Amino acid sequence: MIEIQNVSLTLDDNPILHEVTLTLTEKRIAIVGSNGSGKSSFVRLLNGLRTPSEGRVLVDGYDTQTEGRKVRRRVGFVFQNPDNQIVFPIVEEDVAFGLKNLGVPVAEREQMVDEVLNRYGLLSKRKQPSHTLSGGQKQLLAIAGVLVMKPAYVVLDEPTTLLDLRNKLRVSQAIDGLDQTAIMVTHDLDLVENFDRVIVFDQGRIIADDVPNKALRRYVEAMLDA
Amino acid sequence: MLDLYVEGRSALHRLGPGWKILGLAFSGTVLFAVDHVWLSILWLAISLTLYAVAGLPLWRAWRQIRPALWLFALIFVVQVLLHSWQLGLLVIIRFAVLLLLAGLLTLTTRSSDMIDGLEAGMRPLHRLGVRTESISLAISLTFRFIPVLTSVVHEVREAQSARGLERSVFAIAIPSIIRTLRMSEEISDAIDARGF
Repeated sequence: MIEIQNVSLTLDDNPILHEVTLTLTEKRIAIVGSNGSGKSSFVRLLNGLRTPSEGRVLVDGYDTQTEGRKVRRRVGFVFQNPDNQIVFPIVEEDVAFGLKNLGVPVAEREQMVDEVLNRYGLLSKRKQPSHTLSGGQKQLLAIAGVLVMKPAYVVLDEPTTLLDLRNKLRVSQAIDGLDQTAIMVTHDLDLVENFDRVIVFDQGRIIADDVPNKALRRYVEAMLDA
Repeated sequence: MLDLYVEGRSALHRLGPGWKILGLAFSGTVLFAVDHVWLSILWLAISLTLYAVAGLPLWRAWRQIRPALWLFALIFVVQVLLHSWQLGLLVIIRFAVLLLLAGLLTLTTRSSDMIDGLEAGMRPLHRLGVRTESISLAISLTFRFIPVLTSVVHEVREAQSARGLERSVFAIAIPSIIRTLRMSEEISDAIDARGF
């Protein structure tokens, strides 16, 4: 369970989030909102990449401010642009990076890399330079690099924004198949129709928090009113 | 450099990265310490033989040198004007051998092995409080982001060409630098998020 308790966030004197309180327990949660509404900053609070200016965020009881390392082991993060997330030049090396940081022994590491690459159809690309992959394959590699660390929660920040339709579907299927709790920021409203919960942000505040059809209707109304 | 690792089972592939890095450092030292053209030609022949030993075709060797040909031409002309054509030839052969050997190192060594080797070599610095894993990660990021930054500059150049600014260094450099700085923030977050 992730608890966000009365959290406000200010960056460079700009208020980004205002007194947000939430408890995240559902398996599939979507975060939507206009550009600059604070949704990307919000999800960065969930694994301690940002820490609140006020209030606190607890992941399974661990405070992101004081126990960042433990939190990051529980919360994986997939960024919008996989090119900014893939840090090693060869596919298998990048997947192994997180495991190396966790101190997983080499033999076990190789087996886990094999398994996750196989799961995402990238096993044949194992030795390939990561810059030669297609956009969709890069995003799947980014997801594989996170999932291999077996986090309990996966946060995805607009993972399909830069992809064409075919790759969007591939990544969307991969997200559907996740065993973990997934919290996804997205502008693709059709991707979240089957989610358990949709939270709508506007100007740093939550304006709707409901099942998809109700929350998305409120979102569209708010955008039309603006 | 961007050819990176080529799968193989040769003795050179199996040799520890530390030995290969030492060999490269030794070759550089000998080549520049001894002013003898025949020694440089011998080293060139050895380097090409090592490509064959590693099971790498000669076009791989050629690809290491080809991008530097214009630089070789420039060095040769300057040396001929200032000294002699013999010295120009010697300097070009030295650089060519070093490029070949550096290429051979990356072609026969996985970047992760090379980084592990460098980390092992730098271990004594740990005692002085140096975070050697950060240095090796920085080297890895350099390998990884050369093609990414190339594509950033290419995209910016295309965008500026569409506005008739393809000859403006500032119009290409400033957006490229800004995009790179923004990218670096996210890369830093991504590294943090993966438990580094």
